Amino acid sequence: MTATRRIQFTLNGRPETAEIGTHETLVDVIRDRFALFGARESCGQGLCGCCTVLVDGRAVSGCLFLAASADGTRIDTIEGLADGNALDPVQEAFVECGAFQCGFCTPGFILMTKQLLDDIPEPSEDEIRHYLSGNLCRCGAYPEVIEAVKLASRRRKPMPGGAGR
Amino acid sequence: MSTTTKTGQVGRSLPRLEGRAKVTGRADYIHNLHVPGMLHGKIFRSAVVHGRIRRVDIDAARRFPGVHAVYVSDDIRRLIPNPYYGPAFHDQPILAIDKVRHVGEPVAVVLAEDPHVAEEGARLIVAEYDELPAVTDEVEAMTSSVIVHDVLKPAGTFPDLKHIEGRKGTNVALEFRLRRGDVKSAFAAADHIFEHAFRTQPVMHTPLEPLVSVAEPADGTLTIHTASQSPSFVRIEIARLLGWPENRVRVKTAFLGGGFGAKLYIKLEALVAALALLARRPVKISLAMDEQFFTITKHPSTFRIKSAVAKDGRITARECEVWWNGGAYADIGPRVTQKSGFTAAGPYDIDNVAIDSYALYTNRPPAGALRGFGIPQLVWAYESHTDMIARGLGIDPVEFRRRNILRDGRPQATGTVMKDAAIEKVLDRLVERLGWSRPFDRGQGTVKRGHGIAIGFKASIAPTTSVAILNIYADGSCALYCSTVDMGQGSDTAMAQIAAEVLDLSAETVRVVHPDTDVTPYDMATLGSRSTYHMGHAVKRAAEDARAKVDALKAELGLPPGTNVPLADLFRRKYGMQAGNIVGVGSFVPSYASPDHDTGLTPNATPFWMVGGTGAEVEVDTETGHVRIARLINVADLGTPINPRIVETQLSGGAIMQLGFTMQEKMEFAGGQLLNPNLADYKIPGLRDLPARIENEAVDAVEHGGPFGAKGVGESATFGVSPAIANAIDDAVGVRLTELPLTPEAVFHALQNAGR
Repeated sequence: MTATRRIQFTLNGRPETAEIGTHETLVDVIRDRFALFGARESCGQGLCGCCTVLVDGRAVSGCLFLAASADGTRIDTIEGLADGNALDPVQEAFVECGAFQCGFCTPGFILMTKQLLDDIPEPSEDEIRHYLSGNLCRCGAYPEVIEAVKLASRRRKPMPGGAGR
Repeated sequence: MSTTTKTGQVGRSLPRLEGRAKVTGRADYIHNLHVPGMLHGKIFRSAVVHGRIRRVDIDAARRFPGVHAVYVSDDIRRLIPNPYYGPAFHDQPILAIDKVRHVGEPVAVVLAEDPHVAEEGARLIVAEYDELPAVTDEVEAMTSSVIVHDVLKPAGTFPDLKHIEGRKGTNVALEFRLRRGDVKSAFAAADHIFEHAFRTQPVMHTPLEPLVSVAEPADGTLTIHTASQSPSFVRIEIARLLGWPENRVRVKTAFLGGGFGAKLYIKLEALVAALALLARRPVKISLAMDEQFFTITKHPSTFRIKSAVAKDGRITARECEVWWNGGAYADIGPRVTQKSGFTAAGPYDIDNVAIDSYALYTNRPPAGALRGFGIPQLVWAYESHTDMIARGLGIDPVEFRRRNILRDGRPQATGTVMKDAAIEKVLDRLVERLGWSRPFDRGQGTVKRGHGIAIGFKASIAPTTSVAILNIYADGSCALYCSTVDMGQGSDTAMAQIAAEVLDLSAETVRVVHPDTDVTPYDMATLGSRSTYHMGHAVKRAAEDARAKVDALKAELGLPPGTNVPLADLFRRKYGMQAGNIVGVGSFVPSYASPDHDTGLTPNATPFWMVGGTGAEVEVDTETGHVRIARLINVADLGTPINPRIVETQLSGGAIMQLGFTMQEKMEFAGGQLLNPNLADYKIPGLRDLPARIENEAVDAVEHGGPFGAKGVGESATFGVSPAIANAIDDAVGVRLTELPLTPEAVFHALQNAGR
């Protein structure tokens, strides 16, 4: 478990390199090497969505995704979403709708919502429930999450070139 | 007491102050904490349910490359000779001593700089046990020859638990007994007698930020960073264990990634404290999701309830026997047993009541507080029972409740006279929203529809203390120091609103300092929906004290009262520059009278009553047993909300959590082993489990003893969910389920047994 290798990737728009253990997950590496804490390991099985990060624009469970596989990819985390002080419309909608309580699952919900709105710009309530069913919120802020997704959908113009920023 | 707000800060639906931090992923959790030189600990746990430890072989783990140290209970005892902790009994060892009492009990810990190495090291430990017979059922525990604890050691920490002694030579940790009126004669004279038994299953809080604590030793002091709902208790208990004064132990928290009662009292704190002092290095233990299930759970329960009813549909007497499965260590189970015992007979006006409520030790993982403190288990039983009586008598369930409902001015089972408890109003609003008396669509074909209702209430916790400090800085900005822990309920925002209201500021400008026992004053804990009321009062008083001191300073400076000279100018005039502070202090302890030991009666059982009810409309698929919840309506009396929007999310969040405990969640044990300690096999509600419609309402009410008319809300919407749904299922298909959860399998079997 001590084998290491060097990987290169783009992290929130900046080129980075890291010396990683081949057993390490993407969440381990972005937390321990880059002090980014928005993606969090919770269930450890890819079932709760708290560890969601975008790899080449698609959401993955960072607790199951080996860091070695991130070599050569573009990684986007919740920390890269806001443009300086300006929140992304999805983030704004989550604040306005009160779509979180403890906030631990929130980055995962927001990144998944970004992908949802890229795939389905005007989702129905049923599509929202289905698409976000892999994100768990123990505080039960689900009604407010649905509201926030609808609000973000109304406000957000789909970005050219797919997901992410 | 006034409910009108002068400055409009109270009553505002202000979004959570920390919203930006949470949506950008930058909110601070102990989960994130890394301290230089830190070691990670991995716990080696018991694989047996009950056994004498014959041998723990740690040699291979010690030799594993990268392992810093491996510790067992003998090491802990070199540091802490009597390493037992707990809020009610000092019964829980930091690491198992001689015996293990439940599967998953911590036996040893491996420390390493790399958490993966610590985990690998823990896999190399081998333990051998002489297995002992075990008792796992709460009713069997009453009479079992298996005794979980040979000696009972009451803690004596909290005034409301001062009297506990336990029954020696039994598994009874606490027995709450209430006797009111003449139950025997009332039953003898009854026109009808109904008796039923109900059970609830073991479940777990599953906060998505799993339990985590870090201890950082320094010269003669210890700092514990912990995801805890009770930092003040942690300091006192760790100081007691170490034999240190409180001022050498510092406890800090951050935002909690959910708590729900899991993060109360001592969980990992005593362990990391001991490890850090032994290793002379900072130590962090982050539980994995599966480990949480072995650490703290919600009490499974059995409730036998019997009612005497007169011809006119009035309940004349009620007997309640409740057995609480507390697991191997009491944790706060004795308080759950006692406090919930006050209201076990339900929100009904019954002259003759007998309640026996038992906290029992078993060989299960410990049970403690979980959002409702036993009340959801009780309401499950008494509101199912209520519907069964109504149906048995051919009376409409709502009408039957109205004939018996407990109204303000009437004594409740403990003898305490009800005040500011809008029980009937909650029922009214549920009935109105459900359209109870309107024609109801009964469904067609194999899908049957039904509706149900349930109401419950809860006594708050007393006597407990909250202290707050309001510090005005020399530029006129201010900070609020309080040890209430924001675990998602929005307490930072609510407390800022209360302080801002008094000081005529905008709540957004009040900085709320997170709990740090070196800085923030004592608070009993963030639990039992007590913060809005208890800490709310303390904050209000601290702000009023600061305001009085500002007025005194104005007078000292020769300014007329009511002058609007900015605060910054006052400081400059007083000190000649931007300097100084004005510090306001407030504290609050509500009045309380302990129940009589033999009768359970008291004139003052609680500072306030929480009231909540649920209405449900369900569709039952008679071919599969699947229950679809078409509507879930949650109504509560929470006084006058400080922040209406946040209050609404507390209602819906509490109901959704209880919906998981009602429909799907259950810790499955086989041969004493837990089969599903993970989110793959233990399913908590997701978006697809949400009712088609969920509605929430706070009734128009005032808590006259509360700050700005407010009282707690965090648990109210959990009360009625389970029985409302069971009642609706009965209404739809005529079968009665008496055990949670209400899975499709359970519904299907009930339908088959009923020949439907």
